[in-house]
Amino acid sequence: MTSVASVQNPENSAAADLFTRLERLPELVNRDEALLQRGRFVTLEFQVIIGSLSCFVSIVEGRVARIERGPRRMRSSAFIVSASAAAWEKFWQPMPPPWSHDLFAMNKKGNATIEGNLHPFMANLQYFKDLLALPRRITGAH
Amino acid sequence: MPAVIEPIVGRYITFDFEGRPNRVYFEEAGQGIPLVCVHTAGSDGRQWRHVLNDAEITQHFRVIAFDMPWHGKSFPPPGFEKEAYRLTARTFMDLIRTFCAALELKRPVFMGCSIGGRIVLDLGYHHAEQFRALIGLQCSDHHVPWYDSTWLYRPDVHGGEVCAAVVSGMMAPQSPVASVQETLWAYKQGGPGVFKGDLYFYGTEGDFRDKVSAIDIAKCPIYLLTGEYDYSATPEDTLRTAFKIKGVYVQIMRELGHFPMSENPAQFRNYLLPVLEQIRAQSATR
Repeated sequence: MTSVASVQNPENSAAADLFTRLERLPELVNRDEALLQRGRFVTLEFQVIIGSLSCFVSIVEGRVARIERGPRRMRSSAFIVSASAAAWEKFWQPMPPPWSHDLFAMNKKGNATIEGNLHPFMANLQYFKDLLALPRRITGAH
Repeated sequence: MPAVIEPIVGRYITFDFEGRPNRVYFEEAGQGIPLVCVHTAGSDGRQWRHVLNDAEITQHFRVIAFDMPWHGKSFPPPGFEKEAYRLTARTFMDLIRTFCAALELKRPVFMGCSIGGRIVLDLGYHHAEQFRALIGLQCSDHHVPWYDSTWLYRPDVHGGEVCAAVVSGMMAPQSPVASVQETLWAYKQGGPGVFKGDLYFYGTEGDFRDKVSAIDIAKCPIYLLTGEYDYSATPEDTLRTAFKIKGVYVQIMRELGHFPMSENPAQFRNYLLPVLEQIRAQSATR
């Protein structure tokens, strides 16, 4: 059940807005030949958490096949990348400031967590870093 | 575009080091005050090619950049296949001093980045009288390993790809793509386990905080320059270190990250040239 408080929560509203940017991943990645080549051995589902919002990203041979919005209780995923809505907002700026320009920078600063089975993440690290930075390309994003 | 031959000359020198002959590759250009440059962990001397090719620098400085053994065009010493590569502060300092002695350099300026920036503190503490000046890029007196470095060297993850991907975010987003990719290429070419072996130095001897205030810049001036986008050796780390060295020169460099000399050479020279000018002026008065 969704409470009135959660609907009116500015963090939730920001997360919903950011999800619309994440939803653009399929078109962004699927027209990026170099990124597709880099991710050609990646087939898995992972989770992106934006504040209180869970998103499940399904990758098939480097292409983003599907993005679904949670919550989906007990649903497994290979790994989870999680940050607040404010942290994602900064990360997706076209020219992000120091500490918001890279997932590892955010992680070291304590503004993002990367958890789960990290083998596929580390074995394809540049692919996932570039994939999750793609919303920077959306014109009009702040 | 007409073909261009650069003024850089590359040569090999073989000297005994830690009981074994080491064949070390170095490049040099210019004349004047010797300026010895050492690369970051897991990379090689190609990082300095823009400094070596900068006529404004080489008209007054003999710039020399060498590949540490195990890196670039310097092979590991004989018998390496039976050991795990691990850099220590002692080995690093001795290597720099042995290389300088082998080339008969008299009180050179030393410039290093990352581990090469950090070794500036060790050299300033132990061997200040042997150097004219020390320039530390991305220097910090305290390194705490913050990620699991076993990812850098294991059979089920491509070493070159993961090393490059780990450091890719340490560069500023303003840096030109071609320069960023060139910087990463050197990491992709690194020998297996070498980047991890270089970082061993941080893990075991990364804490210099209790010694740093004893560094006397009257013996040898120290210059610390750090890019604002570096989240490994951060501006805060460098400023904390500089605060404890009386009279040290410190500068946080805008729109640069962990690899200033190779990720954005044009931006870096704006910060390097005034430092070299200062060193030259001091050399003239001594």
